[in-house]
Amino acid sequence: MSIDKRPVTFMLLAVLAIMVGTLLTTFIPLFVGTVVPATDKVVPYKPLEVEGRDIYIREGCNNCHSQIVRPLPFETARYGPPSTLEESAIDRPHLWGSRRTGPDLARVGKKYPAAWHYLHMKSPQSMYPQSNMPAYAWLADAKLDSRDGEKKMKVLGYPYTSEEINALEGKTEMDALVAYLLRLGKEMKP
Amino acid sequence: MANEIRYEYDAVKGFALSSLFWAIVGLLVGVLISLQLVYPQLNLTSWLTYGRLRPVHTNALIYGFTVPAAFSLFFYLVQRLGRVPLAYPGLARFTLYLFNVAIVLAALSLFAGMSQSKEYSELEWPLDIGVVILWVLFSINIIATIMKRKEEQMYVSLWYILATVVGVAIVYIGNNIAVPVSLFKSYSAYAGANDANVQWWFGHNAVAFVFTTIPLAIFYYILPKSSGAPLYSHRLSIVGFWSLVFAYLWTGAHHLVYTPLPDWIQTVAIAFSIFLIAPSWASVINGYGTLKGQWEQMRSNYLVKFIILGITFYGLQTIQGPSQAIRAFSALIHYTDWVPGHVHMGTMGWVTMTVSAGFYYMLPRIYNTELYSIKLANLHFWLVLVGQLIYSVTMWITGIRQGAMWQAVDNDGALVYANFIHTLTPNYPFWNMRTLGGVIFFAGFLVFVYNILKTIRNAPAARQA
Repeated sequence: MSIDKRPVTFMLLAVLAIMVGTLLTTFIPLFVGTVVPATDKVVPYKPLEVEGRDIYIREGCNNCHSQIVRPLPFETARYGPPSTLEESAIDRPHLWGSRRTGPDLARVGKKYPAAWHYLHMKSPQSMYPQSNMPAYAWLADAKLDSRDGEKKMKVLGYPYTSEEINALEGKTEMDALVAYLLRLGKEMKP
Repeated sequence: MANEIRYEYDAVKGFALSSLFWAIVGLLVGVLISLQLVYPQLNLTSWLTYGRLRPVHTNALIYGFTVPAAFSLFFYLVQRLGRVPLAYPGLARFTLYLFNVAIVLAALSLFAGMSQSKEYSELEWPLDIGVVILWVLFSINIIATIMKRKEEQMYVSLWYILATVVGVAIVYIGNNIAVPVSLFKSYSAYAGANDANVQWWFGHNAVAFVFTTIPLAIFYYILPKSSGAPLYSHRLSIVGFWSLVFAYLWTGAHHLVYTPLPDWIQTVAIAFSIFLIAPSWASVINGYGTLKGQWEQMRSNYLVKFIILGITFYGLQTIQGPSQAIRAFSALIHYTDWVPGHVHMGTMGWVTMTVSAGFYYMLPRIYNTELYSIKLANLHFWLVLVGQLIYSVTMWITGIRQGAMWQAVDNDGALVYANFIHTLTPNYPFWNMRTLGGVIFFAGFLVFVYNILKTIRNAPAARQA
């Protein structure tokens, strides 16, 4: 073995070793049909939902809430039918999460009405005294910054109308977040 | 004559001190977010909410503590193992300043909620570019110094250093491909399941190339040096290295068990995760073998104590990790506190103990002095050991408890704990124990930093240059 005397050869071999699993399990599947689901059955995000999703990301909600239902009986009993590839097909980034300090939110939009979310986000403890979720009352006072609203839709490739973009004006960050939460579980066209 | 080599230690020292500073920041935030989980009123302002602080904690300890510790120790190791001075000392000093500017901006951006949301990959695109530039500058120095080395054969530590150099670059760039909307916002180039797959390919290999190959490079150098015993088996280290570097990249999807990601990707990842026990334990066995007949050093030599406990936790970690990948076990513990318990055994046990041993060994030597206090080093050892065990064990217990409560169904198949909050609140006493473990660990780390600073202060001024 003399490759431990040749650093450049050594590095190239290391890159080669790294690239085998990388390509076969991660990057080649990007182009394989079974991993890239059809997106035509997915309801595109509305501009307000996109803004809400960005607030969800900004506040790091995904640090405590997953959005993925596993095909296990106790799990579907709690959260609803198992998540499918199609439901998150247009999500950039995905928000599946890795930890459930709070419950899974994949279907939360079907569980509670808007009014519930406004109250709960304002003070989780007023509904569940023992909840450890931070209160997000300040989102209701924060005016939504919609300057990039149209650009976001273009980058993400979702259809939109100028009325929808104009309607962002005057909304609060809470409005946007609740609009996003209400969409969860309603990704697929009927 | 060996003394004629003028080793360059400015950046080595600077990165060591930066690393200790950012570790304190990261650990403090860790204690705060641990408290917030039980006392939500501690989410004082938007900048100090748990959702924003948790990425500050993880990023500070990955990119603020472990990475600069590697810059420091690797700049030292390539010089000593190659018997040459650092190729570009000026560039190394520039890298140090740029690093500290970047890490301040990174911290501020995370406090402000600028995030790509992908775990350990939260930093937005301008900072990603900064990270890549820093990594290139670091790599140039490492590779150039290795190229002009006087010692023909590269020792095992240099293999792991080279693997770190290429590995981090590949996974960091691969996961951060995004389309900017503004200076502060971008969207991932990948969507849905593919984005998740790329993310956990990155996530698990950030563990491979930051929390594995970095401490292994240190381990393979410090253990023989501090114990005076030659490495047990060169052949074992060769087999271990190549199988580790090959197998790690296949395993990321074990984070996505039972998701809609196609089953074959999950199954391949689970299989490779189990295989990974072999190369991991190659290093563990090499460590134990090296101490053969010398185990009394576990009493007499504080460096050996750190390094052997470190590799022991690595051994436990690499048994526990693969078992978590198995579907039946994943179904129980995934999404629970078991997983943070697992991660913290690796970071608080293996990574921090090994980096500490590296600094304890290296810093007195480059400052031409002795360690200020071995007694304090022993105190540090026991505090971080006890703190880590309290942390991990309580998290495992409450993780299994919560997982079992989620699964509990009555005779009719209905959920026993249908209201999520009833499975949450029993965590609180365990989380208070976790905070206690974290505080003890933090106290141990402060003893470490104090000991190092005293050592540096006692260094003979004339020879410091």
